[in-house]
Amino acid sequence: MTSALVIQNLKKTYTNGVEALKGVSLEIEQGDFFALLGPNGAGKTTIIGIVTGLVIKTAGGAKVFGFDIDKEHEKAKAQIGVVQQEVNFNPFDKCIDIVVNQAGYYGIPRSVAIPRAKKIFDDLGMADKINERGLSLSGGMKRRLMIARALVNDPKLLILDEPTAGVDVELRRGMWDYLRSVTAKGVTILLTTHYLEEAEQLCNRVAIINKGEIIASGTMKDILGRLKKETIVVNLTKPVTEEILSSLSAYKPKKTDETAMELEIGEGKGLNEAILVLNQNSFQVESIRSKTGRLEEVFVHLTSDNNPDY
Amino acid sequence: MSTKGLFTSFYTIVRKDVVRIFRIWVQTFLPSVVTSVLYFLVFGSFLGSRIGSVGGFNYVSFVVPGLVMLAIIMNSYSNTSFNFFTSKFFSRSIDEILVSPTPPWILIAGYVTGGIVRGVSVGLLVLLISLFFTHLTISHLLVVVSFFVLTALIFSLAGLVNGIYAKSIDGINIVPTFVLTPLVYLGGVFYSVNSLPGFWQKISYLNPVFYLVDGLRYGFLGFSDAPVAVSLAVLFAFIVVLAAVNWYLLKKGLGLKH
Repeated sequence: MTSALVIQNLKKTYTNGVEALKGVSLEIEQGDFFALLGPNGAGKTTIIGIVTGLVIKTAGGAKVFGFDIDKEHEKAKAQIGVVQQEVNFNPFDKCIDIVVNQAGYYGIPRSVAIPRAKKIFDDLGMADKINERGLSLSGGMKRRLMIARALVNDPKLLILDEPTAGVDVELRRGMWDYLRSVTAKGVTILLTTHYLEEAEQLCNRVAIINKGEIIASGTMKDILGRLKKETIVVNLTKPVTEEILSSLSAYKPKKTDETAMELEIGEGKGLNEAILVLNQNSFQVESIRSKTGRLEEVFVHLTSDNNPDY
Repeated sequence: MSTKGLFTSFYTIVRKDVVRIFRIWVQTFLPSVVTSVLYFLVFGSFLGSRIGSVGGFNYVSFVVPGLVMLAIIMNSYSNTSFNFFTSKFFSRSIDEILVSPTPPWILIAGYVTGGIVRGVSVGLLVLLISLFFTHLTISHLLVVVSFFVLTALIFSLAGLVNGIYAKSIDGINIVPTFVLTPLVYLGGVFYSVNSLPGFWQKISYLNPVFYLVDGLRYGFLGFSDAPVAVSLAVLFAFIVVLAAVNWYLLKKGLGLKH
């Protein structure tokens, strides 16, 4: 089966001398919900720009469903729908026109595009907005409009560059559900996001890029499996004492609240043993949660300058 | 993309622009209408009678082709330059086309057609207004139509080069103010080049706008300073060069892609 996206030794040096990509290679299989993660300036948007034809590469190549972005760029582009990081539609145009015009640029006539656009607006829960101008939409609705625009050409590869940036939690979760339904129909999705919980929830494969180089890549399970230590927050039914902190010294305990503390588990220091120590000292555990998402912990460790053992 | 798909893409770009042009008619049509009314009042009613006739025609009839040409040039140029620049610089909505399979030549054809629609529409409006000030005859209808469309085409192409290449809003305003306006005013809009001293006549022949004004004047009045075939040749030469420059800029992504 042809891969949805193959990137080979992609390099980009901007005219100001910034080396944004230092030979990135990546492969995304059909049907993947793929997360491309990295700190600001890591090179994520440059990769997307090159694949979609907005950035001129310095070296390397890419194929979209087997179509070379240099030699068969029109066919390659026809496979892609893209939601860019910045809002980039004419704010004076009506929502329906923005989406239907986008279909037109892909050669889809209005007679086909209008009902298709209305269906997408319906699915995205913004049917009542189709005749509103772009400038009157809230930030979250603008993002939805951009997703609608990216889907109108029925793409096989949907590229989402921080699609939920600045979107409130409720709207974001609604978008997650919608994106799950899109990928369930067989659409391959490449997602970049700074909400690592989002990537953890949605994606089955992940690559982490830092300073223009891929530093980790694999299935979400593999990447999370690299986490050797994890910080958890334990809420107790009674105040934390110096004695219990001392008893749990192996877990590097940190009192964070009157009745809460952080413990570092992993590398032979299991959660069961910690709870056992608490119970032996007459402490009842009210709740336990991870301090940060597990993916976030991996990400922070991988992208920090002094990459410690994790 | 199939031929039908290419046409759909072209139609989409043109439709979007034409809807915009008519939606903001106060900005696209009204200024040229007001300016031309002022020109006809000043040069027709107030000064025209004192100037007398030029080439056997009353002065206001003589300046009509030039003023129509002025409107076509300015409107077709500003339409493509401003429309492309704003979609590139402010809304960044040009990305909608750049990420699509629409080839550069369709993008050029679409934007330029929008410029032609505006240039020709405003030219016709100015022509209509001139009828309130003078009796106008058309000697060669085909020549008039050709010069309307070809002039709008040239300056739409030139405006598009400006829009693609401009890095700031100043880059859009400089060319019309410091290049186009002097070329138009010194291109024989208000006088016959034959009435100039020999040296200035030769200088005028280097001005491309002279051939446009002169050709249109031939279409209306049947009278021109240069042979109409020469004017048409100049037009076609500019069209070929400007279309090639546009295609090159878009293909290379200069001023558009990082």
